[in-house]
Amino acid sequence: MQFALLIYEAPEAFVARKSDGTDPYTGAWRAYHKALVESGAYLAGDPLEVPETGTTVRLKEGKRRVQDGPFADTKEQLGGFIIMELPSLDAALDWAARCPASSTGAVEVRPLAPAAKHRIM
Amino acid sequence: MNENGHESTHRAIERVARESYGRLVAYLSSHTRDVASAEDALSNALVAALTAWPRDGVPQNPEAWLLTAARRSFIDLVRHRQVAEASEPTLQLLREEREMMSAAEFPDDRLKLLFVCAHPAIDSSMHTPLMLQTVLGLDAARIAHAFLVSPTTMGQRLVRAKTKIRDGGIQFEVPQERELPQRLDAVLEAIYAAFGIGWDDMAGIDQSGRELAEEAIWLGRVLLQLMPREAEVRGLLALMLHCEARRPARRGPEGRYIPLSEQDSQQWSLPLIEEAEFHLAEASGRGRTGRFQLEAAIQSVHAERARSGRTEWPAILLFYEQLIRISPTIGTRTGYAAAVAEAIGPEAGLAILDAIDLESVSGYQPYWAVRAHLLQRLAKTSEAADAFDRAIGLAEDPAVRQFLLQRRG
Repeated sequence: MQFALLIYEAPEAFVARKSDGTDPYTGAWRAYHKALVESGAYLAGDPLEVPETGTTVRLKEGKRRVQDGPFADTKEQLGGFIIMELPSLDAALDWAARCPASSTGAVEVRPLAPAAKHRIM
Repeated sequence: MNENGHESTHRAIERVARESYGRLVAYLSSHTRDVASAEDALSNALVAALTAWPRDGVPQNPEAWLLTAARRSFIDLVRHRQVAEASEPTLQLLREEREMMSAAEFPDDRLKLLFVCAHPAIDSSMHTPLMLQTVLGLDAARIAHAFLVSPTTMGQRLVRAKTKIRDGGIQFEVPQERELPQRLDAVLEAIYAAFGIGWDDMAGIDQSGRELAEEAIWLGRVLLQLMPREAEVRGLLALMLHCEARRPARRGPEGRYIPLSEQDSQQWSLPLIEEAEFHLAEASGRGRTGRFQLEAAIQSVHAERARSGRTEWPAILLFYEQLIRISPTIGTRTGYAAAVAEAIGPEAGLAILDAIDLESVSGYQPYWAVRAHLLQRLAKTSEAADAFDRAIGLAEDPAVRQFLLQRRG
């Protein structure tokens, strides 16, 4: 099964990206990424630019609404995602718990929905 | 009734619930095997107590009160579920109600319940959650947190396991002599798993983790009370108490992680160590050595440092050699490698680690932490850094992660 880890990070975590890379958070991420890749579960993933760089579009009653910033206005923001191949949700939750963002932000585990993709491809 | 009165009534209900929960569930379900109905009946009785006790005062014999209320509710529930067939077990329970006027005499069936929870027909990953729920009354959500499973999933798994107990012909009985050792192992494993989870779970910081370890010790004590002659039961209790004794020393200021070798032994709890030693001595007098006694013996050598100021690694090594013969798990082999490194030297320890199949340790954090430590001692800097990365990446506890990041340099 394929799962996405949706990584919600606190503002401080986004700030840590500007460091020289020797801060504990970045160090923890480097190690986590390595462990995940070497376990064979890692398929893809990327960090996202800071939330302020987002632009949110929606159409309401045929009218465009464009909003600066992310969709949800909360403290923790989507900071990246990882796609993994694992046998079960339990195994995915293990990796979520090990994620450095889980102790400072939150990590959501969602199964990918291949059936929904097939409907449009 | 005033606020204080309410509070003390609530406390009384909590106390009775904690002390009697497992006994009542075990008793109610032992004839019908219907654990789910027994639990429902007991929670109905507890809800009734929440209304009645503050109004009428806490009854003289609270357990008897709960038993009577739960038994009535249970009969209603079972009747409701089995509509037409007035089952024999239900009738049996009704008969007993008439015969048994004093609830103080109701039999303690918790041992049977423990064996049912760890029955080989039940998925082994559910043994501990079942025990925590049926014997201690922990709710599914809390168990789910501890086991890192979604609360809905844990709820469903518990329901499924209980259905299996009811419909799968699993008997409420203490196993025969012949199969007792193996069946008892499963019970001990399940209790130890609860302790291990409580222990790893950000011990000392996260209150829920700490409580789970305490619940496991409670289960260990219950089991000892029910099987006082089994050496391994004492071994398990001794092991848990030895670990528990070190809890205050495991974290420094601001929750910093402190490894065993650097802990201030003066912070260890002497009463807990003494109790552990007592059980270990009692166990060894029975002449049947087992895994838990050996693990407790290893912890006992570590505890000796509080008195002597030093760790007798050769003694630890001897116990590990015995342990590895009966329980060659990855955990044991990793611990053995660490002991070899201390007693003989880091090269020798590393050789033990090298003999372990890499596939089996890809997700086992302690292996990588020990490996990193030994490589660092051997000044193999880049290999050590790689191993540290694996250990850091697999760490869940932020304090352990932080500790390893600092060690890695």
